[in-house]
Amino acid sequence: MAINITMPALSPTMEEGTLAKWLVKPGDTISSGDVIAEIETDKATMEVEAVDEGTIAKILIDEGTEGVKVNSVIALLAEEGEDPDAVEAPEDAGPAVGEDKPKAEDNKPSEKEAEAPREDKGTSKATPEGTTAQKPKEAQGKDVSKELGSSPMELADVGDGKDRIKASPLARRLAKLRGIDLSSLKGSGPKGRIVKKDVEGAQPGQAGAQAGAAAPAAAPDGLILPQVLDDRVYAPDTYELKPLDGMRKTVAKRLTQSFMQVPHFPLNVDIKLDKLLAARKGINEAAPEGVKISVNDMLIKASAQALMAEPECNASFTDKGIAYHKSAHISVAVAIDGGLITPVIFDAQTKGLATIADEMKDLATRARERKLKPQEYSGGTFSISNLGMFGIKSFGSIINQPEGMILSVGAGEKRPVVNEKDEIVPATVMTVTLSCDHRVIGGAEGARWLAAFKRYVESPESMLL
Amino acid sequence: MADYDLIVIGSGPGGYVAAIRASQLGMKVGIVERESLGGICLNWGCIPTKALLRSAEVLHLAKNAKDFGLKIDKTDFDLQAVVKRSRDVAKQLSSGVSGLMKKNKIDVIMGEASLKKGKPAPVVSVKDKDGKTKDYQAKHVMLATGARARAIPQAGLEPDGELIWTYREAMVPKSVPKKLLVIGSGAIGIEFASFYNELGSDVTVVEAVDRILPVEDEEISTAARKQFEKQGLKFHTGAQVKSLKKGKDKVTAEVTVGGKSETIEADRVILAIGIVGNVENLGLEELGAKVEKTHVVVDGFGRTGVPGLYAIGDLTGPPWLAHKASHEGVICVEGIAGANEAHPFDASNVPGCTYSHPQVASVGLTEAQAKEAGHKVKVGKFPFIGNGKAIALGAAEGMVKTVFDAETGELLGAHMVGAEVTELIQGYVIARQGELTEAELMDTIFPHPTLSEMMHESVLAAYGRVLHI
Repeated sequence: MAINITMPALSPTMEEGTLAKWLVKPGDTISSGDVIAEIETDKATMEVEAVDEGTIAKILIDEGTEGVKVNSVIALLAEEGEDPDAVEAPEDAGPAVGEDKPKAEDNKPSEKEAEAPREDKGTSKATPEGTTAQKPKEAQGKDVSKELGSSPMELADVGDGKDRIKASPLARRLAKLRGIDLSSLKGSGPKGRIVKKDVEGAQPGQAGAQAGAAAPAAAPDGLILPQVLDDRVYAPDTYELKPLDGMRKTVAKRLTQSFMQVPHFPLNVDIKLDKLLAARKGINEAAPEGVKISVNDMLIKASAQALMAEPECNASFTDKGIAYHKSAHISVAVAIDGGLITPVIFDAQTKGLATIADEMKDLATRARERKLKPQEYSGGTFSISNLGMFGIKSFGSIINQPEGMILSVGAGEKRPVVNEKDEIVPATVMTVTLSCDHRVIGGAEGARWLAAFKRYVESPESMLL
Repeated sequence: MADYDLIVIGSGPGGYVAAIRASQLGMKVGIVERESLGGICLNWGCIPTKALLRSAEVLHLAKNAKDFGLKIDKTDFDLQAVVKRSRDVAKQLSSGVSGLMKKNKIDVIMGEASLKKGKPAPVVSVKDKDGKTKDYQAKHVMLATGARARAIPQAGLEPDGELIWTYREAMVPKSVPKKLLVIGSGAIGIEFASFYNELGSDVTVVEAVDRILPVEDEEISTAARKQFEKQGLKFHTGAQVKSLKKGKDKVTAEVTVGGKSETIEADRVILAIGIVGNVENLGLEELGAKVEKTHVVVDGFGRTGVPGLYAIGDLTGPPWLAHKASHEGVICVEGIAGANEAHPFDASNVPGCTYSHPQVASVGLTEAQAKEAGHKVKVGKFPFIGNGKAIALGAAEGMVKTVFDAETGELLGAHMVGAEVTELIQGYVIARQGELTEAELMDTIFPHPTLSEMMHESVLAAYGRVLHI
């Protein structure tokens, strides 16, 4: 009997993803553990491994399909001895969601299911008799609740009392097929009922075409309020239009959310780098072959040490209260083609420079290939963004929620400084800016953290203590 | 100072309904009519033809009484009594409209209207039957002047009221023509063909397109044609009438079918080759309203682009149907009033009905149109022969066809031919308006025994779940 292959959840928060690529085709025999597809989530491309073995009977979601809901059936697997050609697609095989659908492994039909009313596939059968004869067999092979697809169950799912969304059955069906969140749409039908054309005007994962008015209620997706592309402002042939991919949407959503919700304040300070540069030189000369520490690796370490020294700064503003983190997980902003990602060096306070350098190299490489796993780019408690290599003197970053602070690192450059003897001497100096979430961090705490950070950078040997 | 908030010109089903809705919304309304309240629909269209067709239907049943176990030895009809009944029905309804105008405090201004430039809307000049003219100023003016039968004088396709009729003469015949030629197989042509055929005329219908009832689904056209032919109607499709030559009490038509020319002789001819809008003598050019192919160009709320001037109904183009006019009238008035639920006119959900024997009714896209529009379709068909009520009625011929989008389950169109289908189609229209999918339609309980069960079965058939065939 056929097994449903469903869209996996690659992270606990994942609701939908793009089916980027199929690595198998109908007729291929697969065994458990084989990589069968690549799925693109908001920030990464992940491989999907087969759970069961058998022959791919049908691929139901084409590659390149966006907004495929977690747990919707993406392909059908024929088991050993089953004729793959005889396996039929569920009637409602789109990127479906919502139903309490059994997972592939517990898809054994109960008696109740086998008896349940169902749609049959009249299209492929010429005679009514044939249809009847095949019913029981087919009913076993498939997820019956799934087949009924458009049964009243889905209506019941949507409405739960006060939050009931008023939408026509067709609008609900279309939204489901296209992965559009009905709550993000404004209905144009009678008494605000969402109708077909409201859904047709919307993009998967985005607020509806008329979301302007509905947006405040539709957070967080509604936070992205792109400008309407108007031919009167930009003539159509004067630009190249690139659709938003998952990463661009996520970056847009998260940064808009942070910039609008978090009361940012910046603190900046100049830091002398000469000792750190000298220490780096010494370390790299002493290091075994293949180990090379960068300035940034040392700044990651210094940040982690400073967070340990000033633990009230290692904090997140959450709905349940302020979370003071016990460990320093440092997110490092990596610019990649088409966006930005922040892989995390976990427990950086416990790691040596060689380990940090090694991990960072690996993370950055895989980030550029979009191969990071979600758990590798979430869970940080503090961020560093470094634009020194571009010669930027100083800048301020937008906080990477739910973290409480982000450090923006400018270029190290020779500057005249006044020493203890009131002499003007040359020194290598960088300017850093600390953006703080004022809901969790006060000016004094931020200043204390910067002082600690400065101390570690200007006296790198203290990091060894 | 404006005399009215709204003046409606024309009191057909578009105009008078719009006037009532405006009054409900608190507007002071005047309505101008040059002939009879209720317009063509009530007086010379929908209603009186339904009265005639009812007489034909009763006659048909009487003639076939023995099929029902009844004995009626001699069936005959009194044409003048049939016509009188039809006229009486029209009169009753027209006076009903008069009562509705009174009830809604709408001023009825009898006379012929024309427009002059004015502010905030064009000035309405009304010339009464004594030739006296009076000007009225309103904040808004709605044109609902309707349409009339199309003529092609170059080919002799021009009514003369004697030998060559329009619907108007066809509705009040002095005698039943022995041989009748109907040009055009749209709803009007087919209804008259069906009526006169029942009364004993030898009827030939000529249609330029390759099938009758060309706006209907192809399968429905074919099924309807079969039934008509069984009753003795003759059809020439893909045929052009090149000329009509009038003789003494006789007309000779030259018709080309597939490149071959033939002549058809008839006692009377009914022209049913479409409709032209009543756009003349209103002063539209002067005001700058746009007219294309005899129809006033408007947006989804009936706005003409001329400040304060609106147009609705047949005047604005096909489908030329009373219910389309009424609906547009209401939308237009609600748009003017800024009423909450005003939505622009959506032509895709206007049902079409033909009250011939058998009846034909449809809404939405035909199967061919749906495919052309790029839909992957699921099509359901259910024959009348599978329905108990149809068999009990002695009307077991016909079919209900539904077209769904295979992906979304949207009911794209529904098409029916057979007894009482004009009364059934609204069920599908509601389904479309409410955006129900196949799931809700399948879950709906249809009463037994009714013809409406076929609507259920057709949906089930589209999804391979048909029960009774």
